[in-house]
Amino acid sequence: MWRPISIPCGERMMVFRVTLVLIVLSLLSGCNTQQSAFHPGGPHADRVETLSWVLFIGGGLIFLLVIVLTAIAMFVAPERRQWMTNRRFIIWLGIVFPVITLTALLVYGFTVARHLVRPGSPALRIEVVGEMWWWRVHYLDAQGTQRLVSANEIRIPTGQPIEFVLKAEDVIHSFWVPSLAGKLDMIPGRTNVYRFAADRPGIYRGQCAEYCGDQHALMAFYVVAMEPNDFEAWYAAQVQPAAEPMVTQLIQGKELFLQNGCGACHVVRGTPANGILGPDLTHVGSRLSIAAGTYPTNVGTLAGWISSSQHLKPGNLMPSFGNLRGEELRAIAAYLESLK
Amino acid sequence: MSDTTWEGGMADTREQKEAAPVQFPSPVPRPEDELDELKRIWRAPRGIHILSAVNNTYVGLWYVGAALMFFVLAGILATIMRTQLAQPEMRLVGHELYNQLFTMHGTVMMFLFAVPMVEAFGVFLLPNMQAARDLPFPRLSAYAFWAYFIGGTAFFTSLFFGLAPNGGWFMYPPLTSYQHSPGINADFWLLGIGFIEISAIAGAIEIIVGVLKTRAPGQSLDKLPVYSWAMLIFALMIVFAFPAVILATLLLELERAFHWPFFIAERGGDPLLWQHLFWFFGHPEVYVIFLPAAGMVSMMVPTMAQTPLAGYRLVVLAIIGTGFLSFGLWVHHMFTTGLPQASLGFFSAASMAVAIPSGIQVFAWISTIASGKLQMRTPTYFLLGFLFIFTLGGLTGVMVAMVPFDWQAHDTHFIVAHLHYVLIGGMVFPIFAAFYYWAPTASTRPLSERLGKWSFWFMFIGVNVTFFPLHIVGLMGMPRRNYTYLAEMGWGPINLIATIGAYMIAVGVLIFLIDLAKNFRPFQGDAGNVWNAGTLEWLPSGNYQTRSIPIVTSREPLWDQPNLARDVEAGRYYLPNAPTGGRETIITSPIDARPQYVLQMPGPSWPTVLAAVFTAVFFLGLTVKLYIPAFTCGVLAVVMVIWWMWDSDPGPSSPSVDIGGGLHLPTYVTGPMSHSYWAMIVLELVAGTTFACLLFSYFFLWTVNPEMWPQAGGLPSLGWPAASAALYIVGSAAMFIGGRSLARVPERSAWPMRLLALLAIPVFVGAVTLEIFGQLSTGLRPSESGYGAVVYTISAWQGFFAAVLVIMVLYTIARSLSGRLNGVRRATYDNTQLLWQYATVQGLIGLIVVHAFPRLLG
Repeated sequence: MWRPISIPCGERMMVFRVTLVLIVLSLLSGCNTQQSAFHPGGPHADRVETLSWVLFIGGGLIFLLVIVLTAIAMFVAPERRQWMTNRRFIIWLGIVFPVITLTALLVYGFTVARHLVRPGSPALRIEVVGEMWWWRVHYLDAQGTQRLVSANEIRIPTGQPIEFVLKAEDVIHSFWVPSLAGKLDMIPGRTNVYRFAADRPGIYRGQCAEYCGDQHALMAFYVVAMEPNDFEAWYAAQVQPAAEPMVTQLIQGKELFLQNGCGACHVVRGTPANGILGPDLTHVGSRLSIAAGTYPTNVGTLAGWISSSQHLKPGNLMPSFGNLRGEELRAIAAYLESLK
Repeated sequence: MSDTTWEGGMADTREQKEAAPVQFPSPVPRPEDELDELKRIWRAPRGIHILSAVNNTYVGLWYVGAALMFFVLAGILATIMRTQLAQPEMRLVGHELYNQLFTMHGTVMMFLFAVPMVEAFGVFLLPNMQAARDLPFPRLSAYAFWAYFIGGTAFFTSLFFGLAPNGGWFMYPPLTSYQHSPGINADFWLLGIGFIEISAIAGAIEIIVGVLKTRAPGQSLDKLPVYSWAMLIFALMIVFAFPAVILATLLLELERAFHWPFFIAERGGDPLLWQHLFWFFGHPEVYVIFLPAAGMVSMMVPTMAQTPLAGYRLVVLAIIGTGFLSFGLWVHHMFTTGLPQASLGFFSAASMAVAIPSGIQVFAWISTIASGKLQMRTPTYFLLGFLFIFTLGGLTGVMVAMVPFDWQAHDTHFIVAHLHYVLIGGMVFPIFAAFYYWAPTASTRPLSERLGKWSFWFMFIGVNVTFFPLHIVGLMGMPRRNYTYLAEMGWGPINLIATIGAYMIAVGVLIFLIDLAKNFRPFQGDAGNVWNAGTLEWLPSGNYQTRSIPIVTSREPLWDQPNLARDVEAGRYYLPNAPTGGRETIITSPIDARPQYVLQMPGPSWPTVLAAVFTAVFFLGLTVKLYIPAFTCGVLAVVMVIWWMWDSDPGPSSPSVDIGGGLHLPTYVTGPMSHSYWAMIVLELVAGTTFACLLFSYFFLWTVNPEMWPQAGGLPSLGWPAASAALYIVGSAAMFIGGRSLARVPERSAWPMRLLALLAIPVFVGAVTLEIFGQLSTGLRPSESGYGAVVYTISAWQGFFAAVLVIMVLYTIARSLSGRLNGVRRATYDNTQLLWQYATVQGLIGLIVVHAFPRLLG
């Protein structure tokens, strides 16, 4: 416990310094590495990070130049700053210098952009549809037919370019996984295509970047990059219908799920639940998060979400099922959690 | 123009130093009662009637004060938001309020603070700097101010009822259209802001004509203060940029109210149409805010360094260049919308190019500082703070102009940081420097140096502590416009620092407000030339501005003509009296500022104020769907405008008046020399730009959904547009012949003119109606498709002109009947005819596009 009053003056100074160092350290360490342009996990984000540092250092030097020149103009003896008072000074620094640096920068920027936007056939095509306030995910085959439906989580094999087909259902959203690539908007009536890859296995977080209404702040998702073999195994498991529950509580949970009309909005393949308004729940238990990257998936969060989704994420399409009793909630949540 | 002793040369400033006029135009001593008469004529009304004052010393200051009030209010919203973000998952405000807060913060800062503030300074300063007695349309300034103040205040209060707009300040549909924002929140934005834009345009017309036509004799373009240049370009940019957003708000309101699908993809609209229109306005908007501030800096730096501005011509060229370039980079707000690489490349290059004119200005200021000796007073602190912050903002601007970098930075807190560095650096710091610098021209006491420096340090450190860390947190993945964020994202510490910075800014502003309360004493005189500045606003002045209007022979007349203040005050220069017996100023030629005529100006006016009140209530009524009160007020507003206009166009009070130096000037002119002709031309530029944006919308929707366009068979038969075009031409000819016949009045009766003008009305209305019936005949409906919506909007726009022209023609005829219109006193007819001929051309172009383009496609 830190009690400022009891600390003597010198020590107080120490505490101050330590706090300052801690703050700076915590800033630099950047606690989150899953969703940061400073922690690239793929070639796309990697190139942009390099470009960023070129810009930061170059910008910093130019800024320093302006500050130093201003200081000279203010403090150096008048006869030694004579060179700054003629037109040539303005023309060299205000026209010639920026024209040269900006042209160089522009050419560099074009080369970076050309490397980022490359033709070639993708290893996998995934259609992502932005909806208020979650992500519908379709894995497509070569003909563009939907092969697998999921939500709020995208699994990809590493080391191969993935093509993302971006669409919007209602308003404009923006698809952004900072550690893998920059963002691209999802616009109703338009289809945008984005191609990038992840270098190594890992979990990356993405978030909607275009303001899309009430719960724009809570519209995130995960990208899980897996070794190609692991990905194949995962994919094979995912195309299977949901497992039939064996335990009494889970069987009861499934019944309650269906009785309470959850199937009107959600699909659980292999059951009568076939609604398409909300996320597909066939393998919801295997996903990292619920409510679009907002809560980790477990029985507790699932039960909480079912009973009070309007409290946790007001305005979303799912009503709160506050009428359910505790054990009913737990049963449904356990059933959903079991859908690996 | 008569030959006189007056010499308005174009020679260089420095060489003219010795050639100051030895012969003064007006002999001294002046008659004793002359000054008293000047004071009486320009005296502000007393008591409650002070609100009807129209001259710039009053309206300008009120305007600045109102803009400052909105700055404080929007700043309070910002501190609430920063408090909410200080910690992850804070519960100070919910998403509903937060989303209104950031929308209102952005909107109020941009539309109710930044643009009005720079316009307000223009209204206050320009006549002073150009030694005019007032701007050419004082009542228009008053109207613009009151409409803005009342409309803006009502708009702000929507927040207290939870009705404030919540779609973000750029209001992207479809989020803001009727399906996803059914409440009236969005309507507050569309009608409120649309209306305030109109007030901004009124101010811009005033400023353009003011800079070009009301200058001190001899103040040719090469001796014009940089600030006047900046305001001229600023106002021209408003004229060409604001119509795009006015059209956009109009289209979105039509979509919301009548379901005309301009932005609905499945019915042939496109959400990107909004983004193009909005940013075609929105990017120039940034420079609209920055250029006047840069102009102020170019006035203040020379004074604080006690030396003329280095590179005057380069700086002026840079300002003009910025004006042009800023229209070529709106797409850099749309780098992430999936546009083709080639167009991104073009806009990326243009976005970088605009850094060059800013660079020129920065180094010109540094060069100026090096040439002189910088006085470390409060304005200097804010100027140096400006240089520091704005340079950083400019550099991050170059970064986001790089397309791949922008893909990461766009819509994150990096952009929040960037835009605040640019706008606070580029506009707020210069404005605070300006408060301290120009306060002595408006107040009997200057502001406090001590409080000013405290205020500076809090604001300067606060801005950097708030916004620098936000660059980092943005690239660490934090998007903008999030009412909350999860603890595990690790953005907490940085956000806490930013919030502390925001409170420091608040303290800085508070200190400034205390300083104002303690020391600012307006309307009673001025504190004098406390900085030893060189330009005309530092001449001793009253409500009539300067006692006499000096001849300007250099850019810094007060430095180059040491006795200028004394001679001006003694009445030795032009117009030391009021020869027409009323308010007046000298109208000069736009290039070399030769006196052309004496403009008789209107005085205080209640109808002007009431017209603004009723206009505001009209728009508010529409917003809250109280249609009957709204339309009643709309009619009342028109009545008030007519009442106010009735005294204008006064005709010549005498054939000519002597303004001194043997110069005899007419008191009334019409045609291309007159100020009202110029204003009408500028208004037509506004209308023409709006119409061009509408045609852009037509073609843009075609490129997106060509299959929505009818085959030749689906169009109305050619008879419809042919008949419509014939009517337009007949109406136009009637107005033209009417104008010719007016020239022969009073020898002949005015009836031919009256009858022709009266006949032209149904002809024009008929032309518009025929086009609408033609479209209806094909079964096309506006709510059916983007095509239908845009085609009917072209007609609706023409219908709006029909309504305006009907009022103007009836007004013109009424003036003729009451003997206020004849062959000499004909400005009213000329202006009506100017707008009429414009509307005719616009109608014909509309017909050609709508009927010929689909046929050309085959």
